[in-house]
Amino acid sequence: MTLKARVIPCLDVKDGRVVKGVSFVNLVDAGDPVESAKAYDAAGADELCFLDITASSDNRDTIFDVVARTAEHCFMPLTVGGGVRTVADIRKLLLAGADKVSINSAAVANPDFVAEAADKFGNQCIVVSIDSKKVSQEGEEDRWEIFTHGGRKPTGIDAVAFAETMVERGAGELLLTSMDRDGQKGGYDIALTRTIADRVSVPVIASGGVGNLDHLVEGVRDGHATAVLAASIFHFGTYTVGEAKRYMADHGIAMRLD
Amino acid sequence: MRVAIIDYGSGNLRSATKAFERAAREAGIPAEIDLTDRAERVATADRIVLPGVGAYADCRRGLDAVPGMVEALRETVEKKARPFLGICVGMQLMSSRGLEKTVTEGLGWIEGDVVLMSPNDPTLKIPQIGWNTLDRKRAHPLFDGIPETLHAYFVHSYHLAAKKPEDVVATVDYGGPMTAFVARENKAGAQFHPEKSQTLGLSLITNFLRWNP
Repeated sequence: MTLKARVIPCLDVKDGRVVKGVSFVNLVDAGDPVESAKAYDAAGADELCFLDITASSDNRDTIFDVVARTAEHCFMPLTVGGGVRTVADIRKLLLAGADKVSINSAAVANPDFVAEAADKFGNQCIVVSIDSKKVSQEGEEDRWEIFTHGGRKPTGIDAVAFAETMVERGAGELLLTSMDRDGQKGGYDIALTRTIADRVSVPVIASGGVGNLDHLVEGVRDGHATAVLAASIFHFGTYTVGEAKRYMADHGIAMRLD
Repeated sequence: MRVAIIDYGSGNLRSATKAFERAAREAGIPAEIDLTDRAERVATADRIVLPGVGAYADCRRGLDAVPGMVEALRETVEKKARPFLGICVGMQLMSSRGLEKTVTEGLGWIEGDVVLMSPNDPTLKIPQIGWNTLDRKRAHPLFDGIPETLHAYFVHSYHLAAKKPEDVVATVDYGGPMTAFVARENKAGAQFHPEKSQTLGLSLITNFLRWNP
């Protein structure tokens, strides 16, 4: 048999509660993350992702409690990201029950942090989360640039080159989010996903823009991602994780259907 | 019965502890799950679990840094022959040597080196992250009643290239067979994460709690 493609529901968590925004604005409160995690576990999710978008430092500790409570109930892999800036942050998340942490802004600000984290905890638990937008014009060769601060701040850094650098520094996996697609339901940026997936030696997770189940199929088949991440289609019940996995299997992708 | 899960500063032990507690509870096995960093607790435990994530050399260093821990392991596992389960790098440490970054001595229970996987399919990524099925090479009590169709969760770049084929209970296909589960006498080790492998994992942990090698 073979390694199966993963379906990863992602929960945006703010102050200990689940929210999901459309292109990172207009956040809607929609539930308890631990209850959602249990439901996804039962539905056969291959992995779960929490993205902590808590702005105030006063409430930063809420995520540790959410992770700890989730780990008590869910025996599935858990990735946690958002505001991970120090080795101490990573250690706290791992001790709370996270299996992997995703590093975003801190990787852009200081690529050496990724190397330090990978050295300390192993490449396998360091995911680098790359938020980018397509900046090339119609007719030009495709080019993507890294954006930080929820997609508001351009950095001038080329996304493909950055992805390669992050793998050199020790990222064990890359989470690629297309900020112009995120929340738009028009599908992943397949060219971005495939360009990076074909260049790096580590697994790539496609993210940003899923509106239907064909988009998940495209992420793996055309984007060469080894995992697909989605939030709102699962969170608002448009499709179940089980439906998504069966649909992908019916379209020729090796899936875990235990 | 007391099950010692060894805490030597390596990674996520909460989910391992919770998974053992749940397996014991659901199977009605009266087991105390004792997450411990004290050698004397390991020396007197009825069953031993050695988890581990990260690099081989770092894990070995972490284990050596706990006073008396390696001696306690040898006492309970080698002399008293208590059931032992290694998980991920904890399983890899059962080998003769690890070749990740540098050459590191293992516990020497399973003859062979831990080497970087080299899949024969160049599109396969390293690490292998995700769910895969197991190819059973021989029967083992820890797999009693577990269907071959179930998946296990893997996160690894290296695998234990065992010298003796009879030590390999199961392999995983990742561009060729990679070692997924080893066992010799009272010692067993999973490259995958039972504590993250839902149905298969909880069944395997239950079997471990009942195992009388």
